[in-house]
Amino acid sequence: MNKVMFGRFIPGHSWVHRMDPRAKLVLSFLYIAVVFFANDVWTYAIMTLLLLLSVAASKIPLRVYIRGLLPLFWLMIFTVLIQVFFGAGGHVYWQWGWLVVSQNGLNSAGLILMRFVLIILVSTILTFTTEPLEIADGIESLLNPLRKLHFPVATLALMLSLALRFVPTLMDEAEKIMNAQRSRGVDFGEGGLRQRIRTIVPILIPLFVNAFNRAVDISTAMEARGYQDGENRTKYRQLKWHRVDTASLVIYVVSLSAVIVLRYFI
Amino acid sequence: MATDITFEQVNYSYQAGTPFAVQALKDINLKITPGSFTAVIGQTGSGKSTLIQHLNALLKPSSGTVTIGQRVITTETKNKHLKPLRKKVGMVFQFPENQLFEETVLKDIAFGPQNFGVSETDAEVLAKRMAGEVGLDGSLLERSPFDLSGGQMRRVAIAGVLALEPEVLVLDEPTAGLDPRGRLEIMTLVTRLREEQGLTIVLITHQMDDVANYADHVIVMGHGALLKQGSPRVIFSDPKWLQEHQLGLPSATKFAYELQQGGFKFDHMPLTVTDLADQIAPQLSKGAHPHE
Repeated sequence: MNKVMFGRFIPGHSWVHRMDPRAKLVLSFLYIAVVFFANDVWTYAIMTLLLLLSVAASKIPLRVYIRGLLPLFWLMIFTVLIQVFFGAGGHVYWQWGWLVVSQNGLNSAGLILMRFVLIILVSTILTFTTEPLEIADGIESLLNPLRKLHFPVATLALMLSLALRFVPTLMDEAEKIMNAQRSRGVDFGEGGLRQRIRTIVPILIPLFVNAFNRAVDISTAMEARGYQDGENRTKYRQLKWHRVDTASLVIYVVSLSAVIVLRYFI
Repeated sequence: MATDITFEQVNYSYQAGTPFAVQALKDINLKITPGSFTAVIGQTGSGKSTLIQHLNALLKPSSGTVTIGQRVITTETKNKHLKPLRKKVGMVFQFPENQLFEETVLKDIAFGPQNFGVSETDAEVLAKRMAGEVGLDGSLLERSPFDLSGGQMRRVAIAGVLALEPEVLVLDEPTAGLDPRGRLEIMTLVTRLREEQGLTIVLITHQMDDVANYADHVIVMGHGALLKQGSPRVIFSDPKWLQEHQLGLPSATKFAYELQQGGFKFDHMPLTVTDLADQIAPQLSKGAHPHE
């Protein structure tokens, strides 16, 4: 469980670490949106370069990012296979019953795989370089305009930060429970599908019971300290927009515009 | 065949090869002999829990070897076929009540043995016996484990490990969060298991009184290294060293050191209240009160 790198924060002082979480959120969303416009070698080349540039600016080795991709390996393989076999059209290379490997199938499989990897990596940059609570603050700040529409932004942000805060706690707990059940003779990851599903029960039930107990404790502790929903709170951590943010924004907007221009005008 | 456990130059790093790598164990050499009662003490974060997870191969050393009975565990050992070790070495983790999940107490205790191929009926017979062993009332067996009190849940969890009929029982702070009576009951249970069934006991604890009262071998851990090992008498003979490592003395020993400063004489530092009483009673009856 400790090997899961996806969604972890790695402390540091790089360019990306120093950026405002709002800037990182906006740039990640922009990037993900534009990934869907990329459709040929050149546009993908720009997207990949921009990503590698950001990875370099985060001062975290690329292999750590790659390790973050590994847990999603099977999902990627599955998606690629679906595309290969069910994307029809173009030259047919191989056929067996209703399974067809065609040119279009291979093309779209390649596209999907690239998109998959790029989107995961760009979100990994965000989570590697930004503390979960900073992300929650950033989202709250970005959603602020919705307050005018009586949208409960503060409540949403609280839920989000509580949820993010307890991800590592729950993972640690899951590991402890797994160790305890392993000691009682449970084999995780062995046997057929039925067997594997059966081994999940002894983890999930204690995990849920503990999570509920903890939720009750937290709400009691918050009430004991006078927490009230919907009050106007000031922030201990103030978000500040720096020059690195403006510089990054410019780099991203220029590169991403280039992709759009290449796609539609050339 | 009796199971002894030997550590030879064991090192362990968490998340080796990532930016989070932490060396949790450094060059550990130790031996746990059959029938012994070993106490593991040390500050929080000193590597105690990592150490005990090597005892049933939940963790494998990053380098060095751990020998459990006939099995040798090194960093290359495959994760398969480790299951027999889990039956030999029963592991009661901290707050073991968090591992309960079945619908009834009986089923939960019978869960372990069934994983090792014991039939459901045999496992339930075993479960009933172990429930009696830990002092659970028979009327609780058909209840949901989540309806019980904290102390009862902990006994259910311990019974669930005992039902594996291990040769070595490892307990990680089994009395944490219990009231004095609950603590005494758990410790009495542990000593009884050792005396009646010849179980080897490994106990992580912060209670120096428990170490003094029950253990015959003490392992002191600090920053992932084994700082000292020996009999309780040896370990508790150097209060200054213990204080430097943020460890305390058993209350009887502490009391004796204070009496010593007031003029009492001890030929050896008492570890238990009985020992303390035996040594101060003659000095008091002579009427030689030190302050007079």
